[in-house]
Amino acid sequence: METVSFPGRFESLSKIGKYVEDAAKSAGLSDKAVYAIQLAVDEACANIIDHAYGGENKGEIDCTLIAKEEGLTIILRDRGRPYNPQYIPDPQVNVPLQKLKPRGVGVYLIRKMMDEVHYEYSPEEGNILTLFKRLS
Amino acid sequence: MEVTTTEYKRCDVVKAVGRVDSSTAPKLEETLTSIIESGRYKIVFDMSEVNFMSSKGWWVLIDAQKKCKRYKRGEVVLVNVQDNIRESLDLVGMGTYFKIYNDVTVAVGSF
Repeated sequence: METVSFPGRFESLSKIGKYVEDAAKSAGLSDKAVYAIQLAVDEACANIIDHAYGGENKGEIDCTLIAKEEGLTIILRDRGRPYNPQYIPDPQVNVPLQKLKPRGVGVYLIRKMMDEVHYEYSPEEGNILTLFKRLS
Repeated sequence: MEVTTTEYKRCDVVKAVGRVDSSTAPKLEETLTSIIESGRYKIVFDMSEVNFMSSKGWWVLIDAQKKCKRYKRGEVVLVNVQDNIRESLDLVGMGTYFKIYNDVTVAVGSF
């Protein structure tokens, strides 16, 4: 188990992406699964900055990786406002282009890309989002 | 991420290299907006060297598509979308809003 803290700003996204990519590759995940994890983590971290912190440079994102035989677990923790992605409704699809609204796509991608998504909040710990990708 | 633009008679070809995420998407948005604001609405987006694109990047393209398609004055078409990116696009149902080509010349010729 290893935790690295990244400053909560968009510039950190590529560094976080590289960090999880390396871990996912050494855990033996397929290229497709590695991309899925990178995308889910990127969307989750962008949401932390946008919604939990309400902007850049308000706090850190702690990223913990646990590689086991069954798969890779990624725990993202922040100290921003409670932000439960599970309350975000699925995005609307099959609507005319001009009516398409940028809502819920990131969270939907996180759900679809990962095998398990778990959220908890405590005043002491902040938001804790746990993502799991099975090694298949 | 680097963005370059080549202006052709019929359309503009925009090529991005690298990663499009919340940090870099504004740069892509700026490029597309300046083309659209100059009155050019036919845009080929070459994604052959884009290796990652988050939903933030897709929204930049959707916004540009909305502006270009308004009054049927043009369109944004995509070229060489890598498989992983294509799958995530289709997963959220956004793939239907773009024509996707495998060759820049063919895409340019489509206008």
